[in-house]
Amino acid sequence: MSIIPNWLHRLSSPRNFYRFAGTVSDWCGWIALVLIAIGLYYGLVNSPPDYQQGDSARIMYIHVPAAWMSMFVYMVMAGAAAVGMIWRIKAASAFANASAPVGAMFTAMALATGMLWGKPMWGTYWVWDARLTSELILLFLYLGYMALQSAIEDRDTAARATAILALVGVVNIPIIHYSVEWWNTLHQGATVSKMDKPSIHISMLIPLLIMALAFKFYYFSNVLRRARCEVLEREKDKSWVQELVRGEQP
Amino acid sequence: MSEFFHMGGYAFYVWSSYSLAAVLLLVSWIQPRLREKRLRRDIARRLRRSKR
Repeated sequence: MSIIPNWLHRLSSPRNFYRFAGTVSDWCGWIALVLIAIGLYYGLVNSPPDYQQGDSARIMYIHVPAAWMSMFVYMVMAGAAAVGMIWRIKAASAFANASAPVGAMFTAMALATGMLWGKPMWGTYWVWDARLTSELILLFLYLGYMALQSAIEDRDTAARATAILALVGVVNIPIIHYSVEWWNTLHQGATVSKMDKPSIHISMLIPLLIMALAFKFYYFSNVLRRARCEVLEREKDKSWVQELVRGEQP
Repeated sequence: MSEFFHMGGYAFYVWSSYSLAAVLLLVSWIQPRLREKRLRRDIARRLRRSKR
């Protein structure tokens, strides 16, 4: 009973968070690297070409996990931003700010790999169908979040404004997910998350899930690195930071 | 081996996708490390100046 609050309390000090985040980030980074190596082997070598799409289906092993991440990171970011705004927890706002560029990166990856798959399969890089358009809007939401955050000087005001933007944007997430059911899209429907039974073969599901897990670990590794920067910036006048950088060469 | 790189005729699209993903992951990996280095250097410099 008394161990957990004590442990949490120690972690909540910026100095301990800085060190803890560094350690966890390194571990997550190594796990991500190993998983990516395994995922690449299964995805590129040890899986069959699709019976309709041939080897172009291998693009799915990065496209689908990247698209999942684009939505997952957004929900984490909006949640953290809301916690930061409601309870005025600075660490939560810092975590939300750190998530935005990683989420934007995964969204760009999903869009770009989707285009590279669309050209040979659909005959065009881009169509304005519901799935593609709503995913593009997600990219603009991330970029808007980042622009808004850097445009407002005062930290509390920035945290409130970006949290509201992030929360309003949450409405886009179910639109992305259900777009292939609600509208008649060129984009194919879901094959993994179907309620009854996934209509994807196990040999293709394995690399897909490994890559998805790898991207999750990559995100946590990366977002903690970025959160460390936020902490340093906020705490630059504190004695522990000055102690930390004392040996630094100009 | 050449069959592997050929990717059943989809070489350009498959390899572009994978290399693009690699570049994005690498850039995102480097970014916070550069930023932290710069931050720590700036803080150290300001500290030295204020001591003078």
